[in-house]
Amino acid sequence: MTAPFKQPLQSAERVRTTSFYEASARTRVELLLDAGSFVEFIGPEMREVSPHLKIFDLPEQFDDGIVVGRGRLDGSPVFVAAQEGRFMGGAFGEVHGAKLIGLLRAARDITSIPVLILFDTGGVRLQEANAGELAIAEIMRAVMEARSAGAKVVGLIGGRSGCYGGGGLIAGCCSALAVSEQGRIAVSGPEVIETNRGVEEFDSRDRALVWRTMGGKNRRLLGAADVFTDDTVQGFRDAAVALLGAIGPFGLDRLKAEQVRLADRLRSFGTCADAIDIWAAEGIAHAEQVPDLPADQFISLANQIGRTSRDAR
Amino acid sequence: MEDLSFQHKARGRAGGTRRSAIIGVVASGNLEVLVERVLPDAECQLEIKTAAVGFGPVWDAVVADFVERYSPGGLKFSVNDGGARPDTVSLRLAQAVRLIEEDGQ
Repeated sequence: MTAPFKQPLQSAERVRTTSFYEASARTRVELLLDAGSFVEFIGPEMREVSPHLKIFDLPEQFDDGIVVGRGRLDGSPVFVAAQEGRFMGGAFGEVHGAKLIGLLRAARDITSIPVLILFDTGGVRLQEANAGELAIAEIMRAVMEARSAGAKVVGLIGGRSGCYGGGGLIAGCCSALAVSEQGRIAVSGPEVIETNRGVEEFDSRDRALVWRTMGGKNRRLLGAADVFTDDTVQGFRDAAVALLGAIGPFGLDRLKAEQVRLADRLRSFGTCADAIDIWAAEGIAHAEQVPDLPADQFISLANQIGRTSRDAR
Repeated sequence: MEDLSFQHKARGRAGGTRRSAIIGVVASGNLEVLVERVLPDAECQLEIKTAAVGFGPVWDAVVADFVERYSPGGLKFSVNDGGARPDTVSLRLAQAVRLIEEDGQ
């Protein structure tokens, strides 16, 4: 006999209360899009698994750690890709990367359907080194081709693996990013920096340092992320809808504006030794209290600072 | 890695009309279960790939208990296991049956 199960929460309530950070890639997609609208491409039943993991005697996952497909957001069609950060750290392997490349190329060819990428990754899957590195390069090219053709590409970052390595590079190519406090964005991770540059450069065990350097709050205040959201699927859904409505056309002018923005940022903050110094230089009173601010207070602070890349990217 | 395969007779057909469902993630101490409605009503099959070598008898017991409790006739289960404990395996198998018995595609 089937054991009794608790009735699942009503859908709207689940979207509001479910932590994006805690949810699986599949749950994020299901709750982020309009209810029942998601159609998966190359689903798990097709068993397109990694051809490399077997060689290392490692377990495979039927979707190779990424869910891709189409659905609707607020009634409009979108393509969506969600990485599963718990499978091999959400890392990019050959098949994993190919699924995202295919999705981006579809967006490039159709031109009118935006892409949402739910990053949750430590970067390249080391067991698939060359194939993984190539995937990163091809994805970056595919993002720029899709944007050049007129498709918007929005990154949503709030997973347990953050957005590191090649994932950080791809995020930098997107039209816009939304991030939660938990959604760290960087290229080299804390341990990588410490290993290569020494503990004086970066103490990876200093969690407060890691969060205030790579965490969503600093990324929002620096303008690397356009929207900061509380850690709920509803928050990311609202952010995605807002960003898709706000992103302007992409072309050479925008790339030049992005170059200016980054050069300004380096000029303004290049000598800062810590994120707190940056926030103080931005004119935030009590900069040292920023990490402790609840989401709603932080969002109003960030909106006062106003440093976003609305005209750049 | 170790591959295990189990065939069971089920008392009856699993409910619902969905063709397939998936639950879980392959991670340390966790597993994914892909369940597909592809077999005759009285049969049940489990194909397991596990990172924990040498636990065949434990899988045998967990699977037999699962089939007895849930009567998952007509279902084929494909499992990728990252070394989950038996209680986690039982939970995921039960979740997979629950999912495929739900309304939907």
